[in-house]
Amino acid sequence: MSVHFKQDEPDTSNRLDDMKQGVIGAPLPRVEGMAKVTGTAPYAAEYPVENCAEGVLVTSTITRGEVTRIDKDSVLSMPGVIAVIDDERLITRPAQGTANEAPQQKPKSVSYWGQPIALVVAETFEQARDAAKHLKVEYREDEGAPLSPDAVEPEEQEGETVHQGDLAHAMAQAAHSVDVTFTTKGHSSAAMEPHAAIAQWDGECLTVHASLQMLNYNITELADAVGLAESKVRLISRFVGGGFGSKLGISEDVVSASLAAMQLGRPVRVVLSRQQVLQCIMRRSETTQRFRLAADENGRLTGFGHEALVSNLPGESFAEPVLQSSHFLYAGQNRELMLKLARIHRMTAGSVRAPGEAVGMPALEGAMDVLARKIGIDPVELRLRNIPEDNPEEGLPFSSHKLAECLRQGAEAFGWDPGPRKPRHTREGEWWVGTGMASAARVHNVGEARARVTLKADGTALVETDMTDIGTGTYTILAQIAGEMLGLDPDKVLVELGDTRHPRGSGSGGSWGAASTGSAVYVACTALREELARRAGIAEDELDLSNGRTQTGQTLTDLLGGKDMAREGHYEPGDIAADFTASGFGAFFAQVRVNRFTGETRVDRMLGAFGFGRVLNHKTARSQCIGGITWSIGAALTEALEFDPRDGHLVNCDLAEYHVPVNRDVPDLEVLMVEERDPAASPIQAKGIGELGMCGGAAAIGNAIFDASGARIFDYPMTPDRVLATMPVD
Amino acid sequence: MRPFQYDRARTLTDAVQITQGEDAMAIAGGTNLLDLMKLQVETPGKLADINRVGLGEIADTDGGGLRIGALATNTATAVHPRVRADYPVLSRAILAGATQQLRNKATTGGNLCQRTRCYYFMNIDQPCNKREPGSGCGALDGIAKLHAVLGASGECIATYPGDMAVALSALDASVEITGSDGMERTIPVRDFHCLPGDTPWRDNVLEPGEIITAVTLPAPVGGTQLYRKVRERSSYAFALVSVAAIVEMQDGVFTRADLSFGGLAHKPWHDPRIAQALVGNAPSAQLFDRAADILLEEAQGHGENDFKIPLARRTLHAVLEQASENAA
Repeated sequence: MSVHFKQDEPDTSNRLDDMKQGVIGAPLPRVEGMAKVTGTAPYAAEYPVENCAEGVLVTSTITRGEVTRIDKDSVLSMPGVIAVIDDERLITRPAQGTANEAPQQKPKSVSYWGQPIALVVAETFEQARDAAKHLKVEYREDEGAPLSPDAVEPEEQEGETVHQGDLAHAMAQAAHSVDVTFTTKGHSSAAMEPHAAIAQWDGECLTVHASLQMLNYNITELADAVGLAESKVRLISRFVGGGFGSKLGISEDVVSASLAAMQLGRPVRVVLSRQQVLQCIMRRSETTQRFRLAADENGRLTGFGHEALVSNLPGESFAEPVLQSSHFLYAGQNRELMLKLARIHRMTAGSVRAPGEAVGMPALEGAMDVLARKIGIDPVELRLRNIPEDNPEEGLPFSSHKLAECLRQGAEAFGWDPGPRKPRHTREGEWWVGTGMASAARVHNVGEARARVTLKADGTALVETDMTDIGTGTYTILAQIAGEMLGLDPDKVLVELGDTRHPRGSGSGGSWGAASTGSAVYVACTALREELARRAGIAEDELDLSNGRTQTGQTLTDLLGGKDMAREGHYEPGDIAADFTASGFGAFFAQVRVNRFTGETRVDRMLGAFGFGRVLNHKTARSQCIGGITWSIGAALTEALEFDPRDGHLVNCDLAEYHVPVNRDVPDLEVLMVEERDPAASPIQAKGIGELGMCGGAAAIGNAIFDASGARIFDYPMTPDRVLATMPVD
Repeated sequence: MRPFQYDRARTLTDAVQITQGEDAMAIAGGTNLLDLMKLQVETPGKLADINRVGLGEIADTDGGGLRIGALATNTATAVHPRVRADYPVLSRAILAGATQQLRNKATTGGNLCQRTRCYYFMNIDQPCNKREPGSGCGALDGIAKLHAVLGASGECIATYPGDMAVALSALDASVEITGSDGMERTIPVRDFHCLPGDTPWRDNVLEPGEIITAVTLPAPVGGTQLYRKVRERSSYAFALVSVAAIVEMQDGVFTRADLSFGGLAHKPWHDPRIAQALVGNAPSAQLFDRAADILLEEAQGHGENDFKIPLARRTLHAVLEQASENAA
């Protein structure tokens, strides 16, 4: 039985708070944690499959043009080689998140260096890899493909454009103004588990173990790519070793393994090399962002301008949405916002953790720091003075707004010095020491989701959905939601995820998984409670369930009478999204040291204070925040994709040269969670957590670099060469 | 990875015999070679596993120095009591490199033979004169942030990436080599690596069939010993610039100043004129600048790595300031 709930109205009943089990929010360890750290949780490529052939992708060595010939004979006689797959259905790029259709196919048409063009299949991985390197390919190359965003006339993304009032006039009249341009370099998701798939074809049905974030969309994308009905496709992703956006859409490994398995009639495994993961999955676009901020003598914004340039391949719909939170974060009646997209022939640009705010917020918050210094007020105070009553563009009310609390509580917990102070106030030996802060904001997303909850006759529960757990704690929090609603210890709730045989969840992406699929579980549990209440003779809103019993002592097993009871919850975001602006908010504070000789920056300590709805599990939520702040450190100091200026290929394509932070770069991080009950966020009042931790954090570090050393840098990451070029002479 | 023949050498003689062919290579820790084989940057037809030939010992020499066997791991060397007591610059340099896991496997000889991390060398679908003579240098007009500012050529601007060898160069250590005819030779570490010139494929002076058997350190020289490595992240990153320094002072003037530099060239960079300029003089910013002038006299950037020139100057200042404070 399916129960549908569509949220059209705010919900202030906060039903979860009435429940009696007391496990919501509890800092439970991840249920699959032990399996993962002991290596017994199988990842996509690790399933034992008999007679499995191994495929390795062959990638293009030109930037743009046509493959005119693939000489299969050049490798077919090599030891172990079974086939060269150059099917027209092979995909050449990953699907964008929620695309729900096959991405670009026709592999003989090349649009970036490193694009997959064929798959070599052999008995062993080593044989396939060797043959892939030997495959003779002839091309007709189109010269002159634009490779840099400034090489082309960019396209305006009209839906993003805002012209409100007269910004030029506001700038001219402003008591204080700044007009600054920031740049950010491209980022990679750099998930630990590479993209990998094992495909099995029984002549009718295709089963694929893969590493994917959103099976509910991926099944449609795969079915579309290979030309099968969805009912003939099964995808399994029980454990995913990190996604961070790179596994939102179906990727080249999945489709090539599937086509090979269908052609050869035997299982085929395709695991991308680290270099391939970096070169032919997703990059976050580099950005150039101009800010014009006009303020009156009290530091109140009268004008707000944010214009950004990003890039992507021709044919891609995705444009890094850097303006996303700029639309509503700060006041200012005169507004100019514009996003432009340059079509260039670097690899696909798409979602990397917190698309938009991950790079938009560090730039905005850097500009706000420049303004605060110019006015001579505490940067915390500048933010507080500019929190708008309502969305300054659409006029919509905020569903809930915790920025002020996060700023104040964060400043206090950090021991923030409100100033006034000049840069270079503290030196310890070779090191300049300083502090900086930034606001955090990330739009709140929810998506349609289904989950089936079954109360087993033995008094345990089973939750089933094709939702994924990409390392965030989904298994655990869904058990907590069901446990809370049904009065069960989470130990008694088995959660089965990552299999398209289960009801369609929301998938993991855009930080929406917990709120969306959690709500589907909640809806199912509410329906179960209604039936239990009816059987117990108690009104549902008065039914207390804990430890398998009602308040009158009836046990669940008695109420079930030896039979399972199942409900499928179907949650749909409703019209409420049109009535409110919903976002997570927060604040970052950082202390850094900058070496006066070498320009190296090290983070001493960092604190993030976040208001992001109901916290379902304080441990997994905190881990998400720590992960996000760690990404902030990388974005601020080390992470940058470097593209060759002549052929556009990604040069630093391994983890030795693409510098994510290492343990030693990450000090103890403090996380302050400011609990809230956002009535418009979701029926469980949960909001997105996973991304907020990196939406602005890099600016807290960049602003601290200025405070420490006097180097005002407008380019992320702030590597030693950039610090040295900007730091005043001693 | 191409198919290859694997032989386990039991003795040094075995190893030398197996590695005589043009396409034969010795493998010890494999921390660099295996990666390069997977990328097909290296495609040896034959591998001689030398891990069991018994070259792991670290022992005192008659002259009061230390002989570090070619198969002593980086970890074993870095934690060795005599290395820590008498050659702390070596211990510090090793610990500044790679990660604990890699250092546990990496060996003395292998580390000396570590190949460049140039992006274009590592990618067989890009030109590289080092990997494929005559194909061109991809880095020259490409992404060259890691690359050399000293001693480069029009053929190759790659850097030697290691840290250990920079300290060995400052210590004026020697490399013991056994050749195919059983002949042994010893050459200074400072002469072991080559500049690219017009033979960029040649990283060092080893001939086919030659195997490093040990590195010998001279009798302890004392002094203040520092290793300073500048990098974007604080571990698991190759040096932008590094400095190994052995400095002594008496009566307010330098009496010893042996300096070597990493991250700047195709080899650990040592210029004896720097010590000549420093010794006999009292530390001062002007003196440090003079030393930097000598070091960087012929330095040439390639756009993206221009910053290494001022960075080397500033790092030299930092090291000399710290060393002279410690030594005083």
